[in-house]
Amino acid sequence: MSAPARFLRQGVPIVFGITCLLAVLAVIEVLVRFSIINPFIVPLPSDVVLSFRRVILEEHIVPRFLLTCSEALTASVMLSVVGISLGVLLHRKKIVRLAVETWVAALASAPLVLVYPLFLVLFGRSAWTIIMIAFVSALPPVILKTLEGLTGARPVLINVGRSFKLTPSQLYWKILFPAALPNIFVGVRLGMIFALINIVGVEFLINFGGLGQLVNELAERYDLPGTYAAICFVILVSVLFFIGTERIERWLRPGS
Amino acid sequence: MAQTGQLTGASRTARMGLSPVTVLRIAILVVLLGTWEAVARSGILLREVVPSLVTVAYALVDLLGDADLKVSLLGHDFMIPAFYWHLYVTVSEVAVGLAIGGIAGLAVGIALGANPFLSQAFERFLYYLGPTPKIVFFPVMIMWFGVGPESKIAMGTLSCFFPIVLSAAAAMRQIENVLIRVGQSFRLSTSQMVTKIYLPAMREPIINGVRIGMGVALIGTLLAETKLSNKGIGFMIIDAYNSFDMPRMYAVLIVLFVIAIAANTLVGRASRTN
Repeated sequence: MSAPARFLRQGVPIVFGITCLLAVLAVIEVLVRFSIINPFIVPLPSDVVLSFRRVILEEHIVPRFLLTCSEALTASVMLSVVGISLGVLLHRKKIVRLAVETWVAALASAPLVLVYPLFLVLFGRSAWTIIMIAFVSALPPVILKTLEGLTGARPVLINVGRSFKLTPSQLYWKILFPAALPNIFVGVRLGMIFALINIVGVEFLINFGGLGQLVNELAERYDLPGTYAAICFVILVSVLFFIGTERIERWLRPGS
Repeated sequence: MAQTGQLTGASRTARMGLSPVTVLRIAILVVLLGTWEAVARSGILLREVVPSLVTVAYALVDLLGDADLKVSLLGHDFMIPAFYWHLYVTVSEVAVGLAIGGIAGLAVGIALGANPFLSQAFERFLYYLGPTPKIVFFPVMIMWFGVGPESKIAMGTLSCFFPIVLSAAAAMRQIENVLIRVGQSFRLSTSQMVTKIYLPAMREPIINGVRIGMGVALIGTLLAETKLSNKGIGFMIIDAYNSFDMPRMYAVLIVLFVIAIAANTLVGRASRTN
């Protein structure tokens, strides 16, 4: 396909989408300026853009961002270690898997983040409450995807390993685990996304920590442009995080 | 007779209808509950934080059976446990949120799935906005819709819109062309195409989207209730925390989890029965 044809096919819709978004913001700007939309409820989009600088400099967004990142990183490491280990355990002990797999799946559909008041009692109003909530809420998909990856390994690969007379441990580390790795990463990625969502959410709810707390503080101060700017920043961080993990997943699963 | 006396433990459990998996499940539950009770009785952790199972059971009975709220219905006054009223509030907020978000998600999803240009223009925004933490929008929802149930409904709507729209758009693209051509050859109108061709063909992925949407709508609504509300299950949880009534909090959480898991299972079964 030639470059102009590719642009027409792929570039035009993207430009149209961005133009529509900018047009909506322009319409809101006009409606707010003429007080057709209450300016005490919706700030001017231009004010929101201008408040970015203020929020970044005065509200210490970099340390807050790093705090949220460190919480997400800690929860992700815990998730990966515990989730993958439990997935491997369930795969190796079939009877345990048959007994608890449905429980894990049920837990995945339960609103586990709602136990945050209990964690507040257990860990206090600290980063550990946030990390533990993220860890607990995001654990089931990591376990389930690890299990799915290990059980879904192609039998021909296992037979090749057996024909080379690999020990059970060698078979696991040289055949099964590498074959399951793409699926395991899907689980870890899902877990990391759940963890980030819960971390920002609980930071907002308990008014402690990084970016979530910033949104809450600015809203309580009734700093409308600042609140919207902080929300935009949270969205930006989530999107970048999502794109980053998606790229790694594509690298691990080139065929997908 | 002699043979009967030689029954092994395994065959005895088999005769009782207990498979080894069931026995293991019971054993795991017994160990977990036993450990909890031992910790509660030992006093290693604060008894208020880890109360005895008996205390939690009493709280559960109180929650579900203690009629402490007067309600009027058809001119008659009734006393009911307050829990059911709070449950009614939360369920109605989630249901309205799911209905609004579901219908909007379905309409937008069908439009995006049917039109590749619109899909390329807008679907990436929805795809990337989907995994953002929706609870940070709650201050905005409060400003737009007030502190009442409307802002919680808005949270439910916002939460469930994204998974449903993405499922509907993907499902729309997977409809077999032959079905669409059959509809076109019968000269069906757009609304007939939607109700007679698109929706029946997209049934399973849409129910899956609704299942995910229901889960996130429930979480969004409940978290909003814990943040700012005076009714609903989320309020009950945070109220129990504020008054340090841990057995009641455990009781509410247990019932909530059972309801959430049961609802999810029911919708999942609905998607599989065809």
